[in-house]
Amino acid sequence: MKTERHDRILLAHGGGGQLMDELIRHVILPSFDNEALAELGDSAKLNVASNSLCFTTDSYVVKPLFFNGGDIGKLAVCGTVNDLAVAGSRPVALSLSLIIEDGFEFELLEKILASISQAARQNNVAIVTGDTKTVEAGAADKIFINTAGLGVRLAGVDLGFQRIAAGDKIVINGTIGDHGLTIISQRADIKFQSPLQSDCVGLAEFTCELLENTSGIKFMRDPTRGGLAATLNEVSRSSGLSIEISEADIPVNPAVQAAADMLGFDVLTVANEGKFVAIVSPESANDCLNICKNHPLGKKASIIGEVVETRDVPVVEMVTKIGGKRIVQMPYGRELPRIC
Amino acid sequence: MLDRIQKAKTLCETACKALGRQINVMEVCGTHTVSIFRNGIRSILPKNLKLLSGPGCPVCVTGQGYIDIVLGLADRDDCLIATYGDMIRVPGKTGSLETKQAKANVKVVLSSEDALQLAKDNPEKIVVFVAVGFETTAPATAVVAKEAAAESIDNFCILSGHKLVVPAMRALVSEKNHNIDGFLCPGHVSVIIGYGAFAEIVEKFGRPCVVAGFEPLQIVEGLAEICRQLSAGRAELKSVYAAVVTEDGNTAAQKIIEECFEPADGYWRGLGKIEKSTLKLKDKYSRFDALKRFNITETQGKDTSGCRCGEVLCGLIEPTECGLFGQNCTPREPVGPCMVSSEGACAAWFKYGGIKTSGEQEIRKSGDQETRI
Amino acid sequence: MCLAIPARIVELEGDRAVVDAMGNRWKAKTTLLPEAKLGDLVLIHAGFAISLVDEEEAKETWQLIAEIADFEETPNKVSG
Repeated sequence: MKTERHDRILLAHGGGGQLMDELIRHVILPSFDNEALAELGDSAKLNVASNSLCFTTDSYVVKPLFFNGGDIGKLAVCGTVNDLAVAGSRPVALSLSLIIEDGFEFELLEKILASISQAARQNNVAIVTGDTKTVEAGAADKIFINTAGLGVRLAGVDLGFQRIAAGDKIVINGTIGDHGLTIISQRADIKFQSPLQSDCVGLAEFTCELLENTSGIKFMRDPTRGGLAATLNEVSRSSGLSIEISEADIPVNPAVQAAADMLGFDVLTVANEGKFVAIVSPESANDCLNICKNHPLGKKASIIGEVVETRDVPVVEMVTKIGGKRIVQMPYGRELPRIC
Repeated sequence: MLDRIQKAKTLCETACKALGRQINVMEVCGTHTVSIFRNGIRSILPKNLKLLSGPGCPVCVTGQGYIDIVLGLADRDDCLIATYGDMIRVPGKTGSLETKQAKANVKVVLSSEDALQLAKDNPEKIVVFVAVGFETTAPATAVVAKEAAAESIDNFCILSGHKLVVPAMRALVSEKNHNIDGFLCPGHVSVIIGYGAFAEIVEKFGRPCVVAGFEPLQIVEGLAEICRQLSAGRAELKSVYAAVVTEDGNTAAQKIIEECFEPADGYWRGLGKIEKSTLKLKDKYSRFDALKRFNITETQGKDTSGCRCGEVLCGLIEPTECGLFGQNCTPREPVGPCMVSSEGACAAWFKYGGIKTSGEQEIRKSGDQETRI
Repeated sequence: MCLAIPARIVELEGDRAVVDAMGNRWKAKTTLLPEAKLGDLVLIHAGFAISLVDEEEAKETWQLIAEIADFEETPNKVSG
């Protein structure tokens, strides 16, 4: 449904006046049907049966906006849901902030909103408050989205670096590199046809099941930007312990590996959007793995390594497929395709 | 594959034990350097087999003068820069291409054809193709030079930074004090030039030359062959990359290189001038030469006096023995290729402070564990 | 220097090809390899086919190819 027959966003849609009111009531609101939002108050009033909460925020600027397996809207919901999930909480509510460029097609906006709506429903989370701003063409690369999320901490669950100890096992719920390489395969400048699909999905229901059915999970994180390499280095640095993983135990889709080989990427540094890394006590590791494997989002779960004592400085080491050893360093922060 | 790795590993160990001294093998190609690192190959080799990372990363040996030309052109409103991703972070005097990307006239391409297409799609701009790489990549540039000529794509030009492998190897092994016992030769350069091209290194300098691909098994088998030769007191030319390498190479590719380019003296970062070691567009195609188009001469660029990359490359000194290391030369502001290359000896040393994996020798304290490059 | 991977030619018209590596498809040119035919396994570097690849040698050389060949020969084996 378009307002006043506009097929593109105008600056006036963010102006706080009639056009914006119509945009919110007729386009945005219907996508997210819930009491708190419907009030359209300056703040959402929530009744949350706990004072032990998790709160997070993330901004989404992905390009291209639409990709195999998802889009910026789905990402904006799942990404924030996952941050709440790996902190050991059950997501309850999200805020949604849109910054839209003048000239952005309405049709695309509606698609994105539909995606957000679907993702929110699938993850049992409500969009309770939001904001819409418009900016001049070129100032926001089509659309930027920010979501902040509130979650209720699961009872008896305490996840944190300080709990990690030597001997703990490291579990991942599936293949790595899918999201990052899918995005790359659809970038305008180096587009290639590919069966690759982003693994973008909300993990909260999965992590809650895991946390409620095993004790012994000490820490979790979702390896997004910077990939598994960044996450493991963060864990090592923050805990002061070292990590040893085995390349042969890290699940990778052959199409992802081939694409990475062609472009010169190291899959360890490529972003994931439907994965978590869990640090688990050795006694619970097998239980944890079995629960994962019986879950649709964890069929390829694997124990990839363990936490070890630090000899000199905390390092992340990997035993390679040929039985060699190498250090897995913190990635630069922007991996580029190479030909050398 | 694991049993073949084990076999090759044992061969290396036996040969090295028989020789009873340190063996230095130079792996010339940047892709070998990366593969050796990623697969943890050093950690499975005998202690006295040392791998030297050679000047085989054509990006890293690209002089600052060249980068400065590219950056200068990137600043122009009438230019679009088409470059392989490798070049984006190489530093010049005023920054790198990465810092220029905000201007949106720097485009990453995967193929020279993409660069030519960019010119066709943007007739109002001059597209400058940053053509770096060894003999593997030079034919791709030659193809588009020919196509540009045939189709009169006059807004396309090439800034050739192509370098030749054998002259660099010759220069290194001609140094009086070099420490190189053998060469692991680049697999894909050899696809083009044929493994026969390394014959002069074997015959004139008595060093084993073995061509290997980039899979870990290839590298270990290549090293095993070098060790075997050394322990038998021999120097031979061999290839373990039968899947794609022949003695004569790809003659169609060689022909097209010859048609479009001629060897010229060139400057290699950290190594100085090497005779007939770079490719320059022949007169027939000189109208596509960016240097001519914009009337520029390539200068040597930043003063690299004090840079001892040449000695590091030859295995004569450790990075820490270079006076510039960690002071004027760091990964953020590198001087020589050993620091520019993220896997170069100096960059690796800087990052890990000499830490070897627990599978290798000693572990030393890092001065800079927190530096995230 | 140089990243190059084996891929199969799945389309070919003149010297314009489409090559397939584990399902990823790229455009490539066979200008440097005039003898290349549809169905050939070739080595691709920077958008060009630079060599034919011997199929048997390929299984002995590239780990990913060996793994897939192995998997295809034993379809009951669970992978990943």
